[in-house]
Amino acid sequence: MAVTETDIRKIADLARLSLADEEVPAMTAQLNSILAHMDVLTRVDTASVAEAGADAITSAIAVARDVKSGGAPLRGDAVAPFPMDATAPMLAPDSEDGFILVPRLSTHEDM
Amino acid sequence: MRNIIDMTNDAAARAADPRFGRDGLNIVVATNQESSLANAERVAIAYGRGDPMSLPGMAIAVKDNIATLDMPTTCGSRILSGYVSPYEATAITRLRAQGAVVVAKTNMDEFAMGSSTETSAYGPTHNPVDPARSPGGSSGGSAAAVAAGITEIALGSETGGSVRQPAAFCGVVGVKPTYGRISRFGLVAFGSSLDQIGVFARSVRNAAIATYAMAGGDLNDSTCADVPVPTIPEPVEAYRGRTLDGVTIGIPAEYFPPSLDADVRARCDVAIEVLRGLGARIVDVSLPHTELAIPVYYIIAPAEASSNLARFDGVRYGPRAADVMDLREMYQATRSRGFGTEVKRRILIGTYVLSHGYYDAYYKKAQSVRALITRDFDAVFGSGVDALFTPTTPTPAFKIGAVTDPYEMYMSDIFTVTANLAGIPAISLPIGRVGGLPIGGQIMTRHFDEPRMFHVAAALEAALGGEAHA
Repeated sequence: MAVTETDIRKIADLARLSLADEEVPAMTAQLNSILAHMDVLTRVDTASVAEAGADAITSAIAVARDVKSGGAPLRGDAVAPFPMDATAPMLAPDSEDGFILVPRLSTHEDM
Repeated sequence: MRNIIDMTNDAAARAADPRFGRDGLNIVVATNQESSLANAERVAIAYGRGDPMSLPGMAIAVKDNIATLDMPTTCGSRILSGYVSPYEATAITRLRAQGAVVVAKTNMDEFAMGSSTETSAYGPTHNPVDPARSPGGSSGGSAAAVAAGITEIALGSETGGSVRQPAAFCGVVGVKPTYGRISRFGLVAFGSSLDQIGVFARSVRNAAIATYAMAGGDLNDSTCADVPVPTIPEPVEAYRGRTLDGVTIGIPAEYFPPSLDADVRARCDVAIEVLRGLGARIVDVSLPHTELAIPVYYIIAPAEASSNLARFDGVRYGPRAADVMDLREMYQATRSRGFGTEVKRRILIGTYVLSHGYYDAYYKKAQSVRALITRDFDAVFGSGVDALFTPTTPTPAFKIGAVTDPYEMYMSDIFTVTANLAGIPAISLPIGRVGGLPIGGQIMTRHFDEPRMFHVAAALEAALGGEAHA
């Protein structure tokens, strides 16, 4: 499954990354080299894994969750303050009346 | 009481020493002496009135991806330059409650993506043992902080071996607890099904004390298990003699391939004989899917990272690119300028393996093979084996700049990623030196069996004595 330069440009766009034209050939070669090592997995018989993926998740995450209670620990359905040492104006460059101000972009429509 | 403040003063001065800063070994990326001393004064008062503490006045260094209130948390990335978290990691809160004082943030591979601390936006950290060599990574700064004597204890994080591998390279103890043992709240997410906060220390005992100080359920992290926290182990002296009588230790053949560095193998052979001499029953075992761990890891971890790092977009986090026309261009410009090459490469791999048409072939398949790797461990531990002993890394520390092929770098994690994929606890401890370079030995146990892991490690540490560093 060789990755082409067109694929790399498309993936970069999906990932919201822009690659310079001169970066594309090297990145394509590196990804192909890395992915070639992954092909060994296609030859592994995973039929015994009942529901693909679920078993693996069970092993790592759910072992931690289920070790005692048989379910993920859930907190009570009550509003509690988030432990923050900051107020809204400290979290953004600009704010007004407790709201965060964002820069105007050309795609914003006039109200 | 005076002593706690003096200890903090001394550690804060070491952390601020230019030899460890950007123009030196490049271990420390941030300090806040004023805040450290204020915290020390609070600890001194609480300790003076008799509050129980397991780490009174213990100075600690913290990897730069763990949220602290009084120092920036930048993950070694330009995209988080100057970022100060509005909340603190649960692990830090708990350590501070036990009397620990944070004196430094340490260098790391950008977003923990690397095995050499060379991908940091701050530049590479140098190994205190030999400054021409890498301290390993991604928590290279924290490993080096303990090795250089800046602090006795440091925090790192693990996704595929980022504590154990640098611990081995720098000649210190490194712990990756069971997945779910320590809250990930406040640890900047990389691969959420793999990430755990870990500990560096000069001794197994101190590593255990710090691990247990942070452990226990946390309602701010639903993957953190509410299981009882073990008590602090006895002093090391208690592990002398035939203290491993009745303990069965497995030696997995797959971790001793013909390609293993001869010096690493020789040191491991000595350690195995020491374990036998302590009374342990040594058995050969097999973990047949081990060779698949790197391909599996380098699908699952980038897949999770590509999702986790979507938040660094110039809106929620990061210095926003200004010279743009629309929102999409702003995202792309911000992320392309903010992320380094290795992070971009992993985001691209992750996006690719999750994309339509490739999801089944890569991501789903990798999750299935991950299950087989986990079953290997279940089978071995189910057969009566209490612990596994292996080398931590295939080679001692390599020179900075020596490994240029990304996949070759990934292979330095071959003996450590399996514990992350299976979620089991593992520790690396020094088992000797070759040509002056430290070699690490690894002990792995069942989920939540940190007590057994620390028991075997402390016994081996005590029996090796000065040999561990010779």
